[in-house]
Amino acid sequence: MNVMYFAWVRERIGIPQEEVETSAVTVNDLIAELKSREDRYAAAFADTTALRVALDQELSEFDAPLAGVREVAFFPPMTGG
Amino acid sequence: MSVRVQAEGFDVGMELNCFAQTRTDIGAVVSFTGVVRDTSGDLKEMQIEHYPGMTEAAISKIAEEATTRWSLADVLVIHRYGSLKPGDPIMMVATAAAHRAAAFEAADFLMDYLKSRAPFWKKEVKTSGAEWVAAKEADEDALTRW
Repeated sequence: MNVMYFAWVRERIGIPQEEVETSAVTVNDLIAELKSREDRYAAAFADTTALRVALDQELSEFDAPLAGVREVAFFPPMTGG
Repeated sequence: MSVRVQAEGFDVGMELNCFAQTRTDIGAVVSFTGVVRDTSGDLKEMQIEHYPGMTEAAISKIAEEATTRWSLADVLVIHRYGSLKPGDPIMMVATAAAHRAAAFEAADFLMDYLKSRAPFWKKEVKTSGAEWVAAKEADEDALTRW
């Protein structure tokens, strides 16, 4: 699936998006997988209460299932307007 | 209904002149313009990042909800991204309705939702360094009004 990062999440991880091969069942499982990869992921995902997640461009929850999802995006709370 | 996400600037006067022009059943047009504010006196630029695709979808959903809830005749939302300077307009909303209460309330609702449900992130670049603007708890709390 395509995993995207925005704002300081993108800066901490160092890339805007990447293709991830995963069998993670939920968003939380995917985060655990990414965190175990490298320090920069562990730093970006250290506090998930400071993060939001969108599945296929819809705001979602961290315990949401990933079955059928093609695009996951992680970002801080939005500051539009 | 018109939703535009763009890097280019826009002319508020011209947008309002063209807004809902073909309708004759409108009694009220309300508009809001958000402007880049320099709170510390050393803001060089405001960088606005967004999530192409989700941004348009999220704004359209919010605008559709406002249209249904307040029976709006028309809605316009323009939001910019990229590098902006202090004093530059960032975004505008306009609502058209039969009566002013609906137009005002719908514009207020749109602004509350755009603040925390449209995928934009602001970074302030100051002479002292750059910093992401943190979301305010009050902005999230504002949604409970609706």
